[in-house]
Amino acid sequence: MSSSRAKIKCLTIVAEVILEQRILDDLRACGARGWTVTSARGAGPQHRQISDFEGGNSRIEVLVDAEVSERIWQLLERDYFPDFAVSAWLTDVEVARPDRYETRPN
Amino acid sequence: MSAELLTASIFSVPVLAFALGIIAALIRADLRLPEAVYQATSIYLLLAIGIKGGVALREQSLFEILGPVGATIALGIVIPVLAFFILRAMTRLSRVDRGAMAAHYGSTSLVTFTVALVYLDAMAVSYEGYMATLLAVMEVPGILVGLLLAGRQSRHTSWATATREVFTSRSVVLLVGGLLIGALAGPGGYEKVEPFFGALFTGVLALFLLEMGILAGRRLGSVREAGWGLLAFALLFPLLAGVLGIFAGAAVGLSQGGAMVLGVLCASASYIAAPAAVRLALPTANPGITLTTSLGITFPFNLVLGIPIYWAIAQAVIA
Repeated sequence: MSSSRAKIKCLTIVAEVILEQRILDDLRACGARGWTVTSARGAGPQHRQISDFEGGNSRIEVLVDAEVSERIWQLLERDYFPDFAVSAWLTDVEVARPDRYETRPN
Repeated sequence: MSAELLTASIFSVPVLAFALGIIAALIRADLRLPEAVYQATSIYLLLAIGIKGGVALREQSLFEILGPVGATIALGIVIPVLAFFILRAMTRLSRVDRGAMAAHYGSTSLVTFTVALVYLDAMAVSYEGYMATLLAVMEVPGILVGLLLAGRQSRHTSWATATREVFTSRSVVLLVGGLLIGALAGPGGYEKVEPFFGALFTGVLALFLLEMGILAGRRLGSVREAGWGLLAFALLFPLLAGVLGIFAGAAVGLSQGGAMVLGVLCASASYIAAPAAVRLALPTANPGITLTTSLGITFPFNLVLGIPIYWAIAQAVIA
């Protein structure tokens, strides 16, 4: 059985839960076609969040090509890193059925 | 203030549960309401208050509530402005932090309101049934005025977004939705859900206050960092705003109980709707300051001392 595999990027973002919807809207606008969100708990150096009330953090994982990951990264640097408790990291991953993660033509 | 009034507030089960929560936090006990339970109880409380208020609203003519609603909107605008300028005199907070504080103190606290109703119910004091409507009205203007006073801070949050976030916040949607459900269903419809939304209410409130106590207790440690000016503000401003509310209530013809509840609405600070809106619209404001004062100082003060004080003042003001 033949299988298609390809190397793409996995961008993981951990942010205050109140930012979740805003980040997901931005991901879609940058060209991401899907993501996985899980609830997360933890501590960071800023201690500026209000997570006690709003349910901690969200961990958002998104599989995208290098171009989209760069677009998202620039947006995070501009809109989120300065003021919000957000962590983000980028990893190389190998995925099956790479066409699932191709950028949607705009 | 008589000892009896004070005892009625301190020795109610919800307030004692709140005290237990604070103690649990101070001794670092392994106690937290699961996140889903906390969310569910807050939805329950908002909906229950909305529905009960809606049933009462049905009995009122629009004309009767116009005065109190108008007064509430006016108070929702005046109180954050007062808070903003008093903070400038009393503290060295930045403009953004003062705006954030104004948003918190201009909005209101569902739980303080609810405990005030439980307090009046325990003493068999009557109050206008439409007070929950005033609660819903009071939620919004204070936050918006506070954001305005802070000036436009976030590069990426437009006024339209911030306003939409306030109006579509969980508390506003559930309160207004509950009011409509109650008004449409009427007393007959309410009777069917009363065992759930009425009879269980004080018990659920106690559970919610246990969690609030844990959260408030965790904030107590940072009270010292807040400084004397903020501490004094968090204790004195509620009294000023509360008295303002009681006089306004008297002026628009509310009963003693109703004026006291309007006083409580003015005196209490938001720590659910306001923090979320402020966090998004004023990301540079320090939530540590606003949450420590509103939740760690003002909330317990109102719960234990404020409520009997406002009741005593309402009795003195309205013959």
